[in-house]
Amino acid sequence: MSAASQETAVSAGRVTRAFIYLVLLLFALYYLLPLYVMAVNSVKPLPEITGGNMMSLPRTFTIEPWLSAWSTAQIGVEPTGLKPYFINSILMVAPAVAISTILGALNGYVLTKWRFKYDGIVFGLLLFSCFIPFQIVLIPMAVVLGKLGLAGSVPGLVLVHVVYGLGFTTLYYRNYYAAFPTELVRAAMIDGAGFFRIFWRILLPVSGPITVVSVIWQFTNIWNDFLFGVSFGGTRQPMTVALNNLVQSSTGVKEYNVHFAGAILAALPTLLVYIVAGRYFVRGLMAGSVKG
Amino acid sequence: MRPATDADFRTRLQDWLPKLVLAPSFAATLLFVYGFIVFTAVLSFTGSKMLPLYTFVGLENYRKLWALEHWHTALVNIAIFASCYIVICTAVGLMLAIFLDQKIRGEGMLRPIYLYPMALSFIVTGTAWKWFLDPGIGLEKTMRLWGWESFSFTWIKDSNMAIYTIVIAAVWQTSGFVMAMFLAGLRGIDNEILKAAQIDGATSFQLYRRIVIPLLRPAFLSAFVILSHLAIKSYDLVIALTGGGPGRATELPATFMYSYTFTRNQMGIGAASAVMMLMAIAAIMIPYLYSELKEKA
Repeated sequence: MSAASQETAVSAGRVTRAFIYLVLLLFALYYLLPLYVMAVNSVKPLPEITGGNMMSLPRTFTIEPWLSAWSTAQIGVEPTGLKPYFINSILMVAPAVAISTILGALNGYVLTKWRFKYDGIVFGLLLFSCFIPFQIVLIPMAVVLGKLGLAGSVPGLVLVHVVYGLGFTTLYYRNYYAAFPTELVRAAMIDGAGFFRIFWRILLPVSGPITVVSVIWQFTNIWNDFLFGVSFGGTRQPMTVALNNLVQSSTGVKEYNVHFAGAILAALPTLLVYIVAGRYFVRGLMAGSVKG
Repeated sequence: MRPATDADFRTRLQDWLPKLVLAPSFAATLLFVYGFIVFTAVLSFTGSKMLPLYTFVGLENYRKLWALEHWHTALVNIAIFASCYIVICTAVGLMLAIFLDQKIRGEGMLRPIYLYPMALSFIVTGTAWKWFLDPGIGLEKTMRLWGWESFSFTWIKDSNMAIYTIVIAAVWQTSGFVMAMFLAGLRGIDNEILKAAQIDGATSFQLYRRIVIPLLRPAFLSAFVILSHLAIKSYDLVIALTGGGPGRATELPATFMYSYTFTRNQMGIGAASAVMMLMAIAAIMIPYLYSELKEKA
């Protein structure tokens, strides 16, 4: 989209434009304030928070709260800091994202290029699973994970996240591959290429943009999940659950600065992913959802 | 003889391969989604307490559920929360998108600022807003320190207003995303239409009301579906921001289901409430998905 073709037909007056800028800036403030407050207060000593102004910059700068949040803060009953939970989250997120994305890509490929009778129903069933309230599966999942011996383990959480992420990844790849010319696939078939060779040589090389969408979507959702973590995490709880335990702990003095540092630590991976690849994510997502 | 059967086997394998590849995902979905829905529905007709039991009690759990004041609180709250959340997010998202579409200098800076909260979990969002809204250290104290001595903002401690603090934080998290959806919609509109209308003497306001907003219908629909789905699922935000309190003032069906099932050992009632939630979402999603799939087919 070049600037010239994007010329807005509507031209507004000077006062209107000033008003528009004002509103846009006020909203920027609304979105930035909580992050600013967290960042600024995470490097203040506690007395400066309880006795001072949350908006002011730190008078004494300290990284003590960050160290404490990372390695010594009381999480539940153990003074372990958030570190072990951060590791749990990474061990859970990496395989869950990889497996659900690979399966989603293969499913999307089958559903668009190897169509069969009733494939529409299969896709419909996968699609609806994206939108169920997870409360409806909590009890059976607890029972099944218990039976499989996966309750309170990282593989258990990986399984849960793969299963409930499949609908989304399949949806993304299906919509993306649907726009890919089927003639090319046919031509390759006539030349004798098999199922996997076509996927590997023809579809996969053009799948970059949608893979970015799928990976970011899955990464953000799984990293940020709380419900499954708190229900099935057991002793291998993810970061979100640990952060909540840290913040809600009722014993002792509320160490706001440590809470803020912990919250930023929990947000950091998704924020980084978003900062690095966010533009591609939004672009890819919009291309899918607006055109249908 | 041999090569023939071999080729035969290979073509048959090629025929089956796509279905074999799809099978694990489909089987997992059938079991973990649809099987589990049936399982939960069955449990909702049993006298399960701490563990699943298979003593059937008919509609007893549903009768109990609807007689609970606690459940009614959750329903009133979800009605308030969902309607405020959907309306405000849509309004804010649409407004920001239209404003950003006016050849704004610094659009490239503003867009990521509006969007980044979407990358944060509801737990982090809740933690941030909890302290921001806490009268003791947050906004109220700051305003007073800045000299506005009578400033008071205690919604988070007020059982009548606490649900609106959830709305504030939830709107903060999602409205930028809605903005992006509308912005994509706006950028997809053919400028020729707008120019033609302007030549015909339409004012900006008329232009947006009569032409642009009707053209954004698909974006409105997607926003509505995504937001209502997020609203009904809302759980973590309440846990982090208010813990369902003060008292039960911010209890939602999702928190109700969790506490009845796992802490109060009333699994039958918890299952019944989950079934009610699923029915609510299905009522919104099935017509939408049906029309989407039909359009594409």
